[in-house]
Amino acid sequence: MSKFVLKRIFLAILIILFGSFIVYAVIRALPTSYVETIARQRAQLPGSKSYAEWLEQLNALFRLDTDIFTGYMGWLSDAIKGNFGDSWAYNVPVTQKFKDVIWYSFALNIITFVFQTVIAIPLGITAARKQYSKTDYGITFFALLGISLPSFFLSTILKYIFCIKLGWFDLYGIVGRYHEQLDTFGKILDMTKHLILPVFVLTMLNVGGLMRFTRTNMLEVLNSDYIRTARAKGLPEKTVIHKHAFRNTLIPLVSYMSYLIPSMFSGSMITETLWQIPGIGYISFGAMTQGDIPFTMFYNVFLITLTQVSLLIADIMYAVVDPRVRVN
Amino acid sequence: MDKNNKTTPVNSTQVDETKGVIKALLDGRNVNHEPDRLGTLDDESRIKVLSPGMMVFKRFVRNRLAVTGFIILVFMFAFSFLGGLVMPYRQDQVFYRTEYTLKDFAGATFNKEIRTTVKDGCKFPTSAYGKMILAYNEGKREFKSNDSYYKFSVTNDDFFQITELRVLSNVTARKMLYLYNDVDGFTMSAKMKEAFETAHKAGEDSFEFEGEKYILVKEGFEVAISKEQEVAIGSSLIYDAYNAENSSIVNSYGFRLEAERAMAEDKQSFSFDGANYLLEEGENVSTIYRLDGDTKQPFVNVSKMIVNAISPDVFLPVEFKNTVLNTVLNRENKFTYVHEDGEEIEYTLNLVHETYNVKRMTETHLIDMYHMPDEKHLLGTDMNGMDVLTRLMYGGRISLLVGFVVVFITMIIGVSVGGVAGYFGGWVDTLLMRFIDLFNSIPYWPIMIITGSVMDTMEVDPYTRVFLLMAIMGVMGWTGIARVVRGQILALREQDFMVAAEASGLSVKRRIIKHLIPNVMPLLIVQGTMSLGSIILTEATLSFLGLGVKFPIASWGSIINAASQPYIVNNYWFIWMPAGFLILLTVLGFNFMGDGLRDAYDPKMKR
Repeated sequence: MSKFVLKRIFLAILIILFGSFIVYAVIRALPTSYVETIARQRAQLPGSKSYAEWLEQLNALFRLDTDIFTGYMGWLSDAIKGNFGDSWAYNVPVTQKFKDVIWYSFALNIITFVFQTVIAIPLGITAARKQYSKTDYGITFFALLGISLPSFFLSTILKYIFCIKLGWFDLYGIVGRYHEQLDTFGKILDMTKHLILPVFVLTMLNVGGLMRFTRTNMLEVLNSDYIRTARAKGLPEKTVIHKHAFRNTLIPLVSYMSYLIPSMFSGSMITETLWQIPGIGYISFGAMTQGDIPFTMFYNVFLITLTQVSLLIADIMYAVVDPRVRVN
Repeated sequence: MDKNNKTTPVNSTQVDETKGVIKALLDGRNVNHEPDRLGTLDDESRIKVLSPGMMVFKRFVRNRLAVTGFIILVFMFAFSFLGGLVMPYRQDQVFYRTEYTLKDFAGATFNKEIRTTVKDGCKFPTSAYGKMILAYNEGKREFKSNDSYYKFSVTNDDFFQITELRVLSNVTARKMLYLYNDVDGFTMSAKMKEAFETAHKAGEDSFEFEGEKYILVKEGFEVAISKEQEVAIGSSLIYDAYNAENSSIVNSYGFRLEAERAMAEDKQSFSFDGANYLLEEGENVSTIYRLDGDTKQPFVNVSKMIVNAISPDVFLPVEFKNTVLNTVLNRENKFTYVHEDGEEIEYTLNLVHETYNVKRMTETHLIDMYHMPDEKHLLGTDMNGMDVLTRLMYGGRISLLVGFVVVFITMIIGVSVGGVAGYFGGWVDTLLMRFIDLFNSIPYWPIMIITGSVMDTMEVDPYTRVFLLMAIMGVMGWTGIARVVRGQILALREQDFMVAAEASGLSVKRRIIKHLIPNVMPLLIVQGTMSLGSIILTEATLSFLGLGVKFPIASWGSIINAASQPYIVNNYWFIWMPAGFLILLTVLGFNFMGDGLRDAYDPKMKR
């Protein structure tokens, strides 16, 4: 097991390096006005160097004058020391900006995750138990609808109905106009109110996948011999489903959910952007479109690392829930 | 559906299916066992054996969701690919509408200033004009401007006749001594000097010499010998020629002079340049007729009102101007005028300061933005004045095309890599799978967003951009297919029929083409159908964010991009809602169909 884990970790490091290099190479192709702006500002200070000199110096500082590989190696040597630099788009240290915004995303996604699990798993099981019934069709239809819904369209429709026509919610943002005047409890309520629609959108989009996954696995389990045996020996249907079938369905479910961990911190980029929730998704979307190399690099390395870690966890979890894997 | 299952047990549900087949086989064997009893194998007892393709088709048709998906897709393809042919509009055709607005047509004002008409070859500069008005207000009848002396006479308060005293020679006269300083090319003859000196000594203001009258302007010891010369006339009357061709005659100095003189002297007629004119004076308007033999023709209209058209290429007929004048004098603010082409147009007048603005309803062409749905535009027009329905049809082509091309690219790469990895196994497999792991690590959305921004800043041509977008999406999305294909081929390789194929000495090529590929195809079709939906969704999301397909090319995503403005969301549902539903329905269609196909190809896989 430990040998396997070590091997996985080694591979993960390789993958992180490769992935971040690709991102670096692509974003270097994005011309950014950041350096020019700073150089122009500094050149205008009294007694300052000329614009060209500043530009040269800043380009050297941000390694924009080197080729992509050298530039990447320079970034990497800094990153290993924990120095990710300052964000160009937001003018604060990357890690600080990250700390400021990540909890919005985390809150949004963890709530979504709870709703998604609570809705998807029971429905998936029901659909599997009543295969080909009206309920099954309904659930399958609902699941496919969720998968097929474009997030921007669902968001726009919700905005149209609830924000514009009914005026119940704000169109954008995480806080209302009078947020600062509220007490702590009021602030939390205010934020919760602003999260309702984004959470609904995310739940609608994600619930379908989990539901279908649950249904497929449940069907597989329900058709296996030991369920037939359980039924044959006269166990009540409840016991068969909850004790024998559901527990076995958990194995693939746990691994599936491990894949969801990265999305806890990253997965809602489009939805956050649409609702302008200042979480990591929206902030990094802004950074990426503006060619903010330090922030983009940090965000993507964070994403890739998280994915690798979650894959590792999935493998380990698999061993935890399924004793058969542990033996091997 | 359940009823169906009961009537045709062979095609019952998956669980029952095997049983059914076995039962039927047993029945068949029984029939075969006792052929004598029935004589021949008739249709009733023959088992219906369906071809695998037919089985798949039957199972597919039985699945209601799948059929629904199929119908949706057929509709979408017809909508996109045939709709564009049927629609009379182009996707980038801009529509205009004509609107009638009250626009300024002409301006009218009473002339209060003296306007001068300068004689040909003479000069009467603006500065001189100013000095003249000053002198007039002071009650003087002469003034000096720019070293020239002017005299003018005023008749009836508004007829100015201006004469310039052109200085011929400046003389300094002291006691008996005269110093002559001739101006430009004029030389005083001795006789003329004599005449001048005589006049000067006598203290006269003028003298005559050779029939010409010379005026002396004295200033201390300086005397300017000058000659009187008419330069201009001034009048506050406005002359409007009946015929635009005659304006040059009307505006000429000679005509004006004659006309004004006639008016000042209350004459009924005058002649100018060999033509006779008849003057008919009215209270506000006077008309001058030109006599052509016995007939008199209205030639020019004289009034105190200036009427000018706003547009320089419009010639306003005198009748129109008179109508305006009469309307103003009658203190009305509306009049109708019948133009030469018989068109009757209503004009309104409104007074701003001292100008009467003549307005009329004017046709203006505007881009027909946000046109509400009607029979001409079933779904209205968008913010660029383009027909939304037409753009949806052409947009559907792009959206579907992007989906198919991307799936095609992912299939090509995925099947090659996955096939090689699965078929050869061993180190090739390990190497390729590690490569896929590496490739998978590239975060999909960040890369799509960054490349979108890169194309934005590089200002890639929208048409090139569509191709680049397809290429990037294809290259980014093949790993899933490769994994699935590899898994399937690894599984197939171990199966008996492959071993048999190998044992019977079939060539590698034949084994792959005849035995492997047909077994991988169903999987590919299912995967392809499912991923078509998600690719259309991805493209639409990117276009919605403004990072995918760009204007002027329509795609469903770029059409719904308009919904990023709350203004449009609020007021113009017909711009964004249809596009959203089309995307939703198409993706739903692909997912339903993919689901149904998977079910039909492999009942054991379950839905």
